Amino acid sequence: MILLQLFLTFLKIGAVAFGGGYVMIPLMRDECLANGWLSDGELLDFIAVSESTPGPIAVNMATFVGSSQAGILGALVATLGVILPSFFVILLVAAALRRLLRYRGTRAVLSGIRPVVVALILSTATTLFLLLVFGIGTVGDPLVFSLPGLSLFVFLFAAALLWRRLRGRPISPIFLILFSGVAGIVLFL
Amino acid sequence: MKRLFLLLLSMMKIGLFTFGGGYAMIPLLENEFVSKRGWIGEDEFFDMVAVSESTPGPIAVNMATYVGYRVGGIVGTILGTVGIVLPSFSVIFLISLFFSRFVSVAWVAAAFRGIRIAVVFLIFSAAWRLFKKLPKKPFPLILFSAVALASVALSLFGFAFSSVWFILIGAGVGLAAYLFALLSRKDEGEEGKK
Repeated sequence: MILLQLFLTFLKIGAVAFGGGYVMIPLMRDECLANGWLSDGELLDFIAVSESTPGPIAVNMATFVGSSQAGILGALVATLGVILPSFFVILLVAAALRRLLRYRGTRAVLSGIRPVVVALILSTATTLFLLLVFGIGTVGDPLVFSLPGLSLFVFLFAAALLWRRLRGRPISPIFLILFSGVAGIVLFL
Repeated sequence: MKRLFLLLLSMMKIGLFTFGGGYAMIPLLENEFVSKRGWIGEDEFFDMVAVSESTPGPIAVNMATYVGYRVGGIVGTILGTVGIVLPSFSVIFLISLFFSRFVSVAWVAAAFRGIRIAVVFLIFSAAWRLFKKLPKKPFPLILFSAVALASVALSLFGFAFSSVWFILIGAGVGLAAYLFALLSRKDEGEEGKK
């Protein structure tokens, strides 16, 4: 039963995640919280691992969540679910609908989806920021301010900005994760 | 046969060595299939990138599926997809076996409290990167602001409203805006463009 639920959930995520990668995160968060599969903290841990290991982050997340809920079979069905929609859509486009993107209707639908997807990522980031730094999940939660958390966030922001200015390219996410791990041991142990 | 085998191997190599997924894989795929093997033309490759960005699913998987189809038809499609996913699947599955025990160690838990902050920062920067690519016109900007506000508010007030619905609403609004523009143009009597 859990296997079917995993498969269908990730199938749904794979089918609507236009733009790939981080677009999956709001979707996975909704579904994993609704099903009680992960807490917000575990979700962030899984993202960190998925970002620091090879492969597409969405596939890694699916494998990880699937395995955490139902072992190897869970990992298989969740991964299969998340890639099946891509597989069929791309096959359809490659084999028959080469001009799909040129149709005005298709472009109109995409022009509505793109702003929504960016807004959802921003909203997820904001919600998680409020939770981690101020302890606020929903209105009415007592304020639990984390000064080390906020300091680390501001430091990462400044460092990323400075790196971009000096080196002309974005700082590596893996480097940021490793650095924050060390900072976490210093700040929170 | 040899071509299919090479396809599978190349995809597995790319799947194993790209960190950060999606966009990080595009230059590697280009190098392997356009420059080195010449199986796909330069123009067609960029066409594939555009399709992969505009269809649902992880960009890397979409690209691998498409490249697979062009190199070896339906069998190539399967090999391309499996090849790109298999390495990360194995790595993540191995990690997942001992991850929960690993994070219950005190210093690892502390490290992950820091790492969670970094991940939130990474999600913010992903949003910023994508925001910069949005056309700066009233329609997308209003839609963006409305959904961002609504989604944060719903979550703060504890309403479970799946992002799937927001995406479907976005698709509907985009299509409605287009049809509306089409109809009002027809009313004015200039039926020019299809």
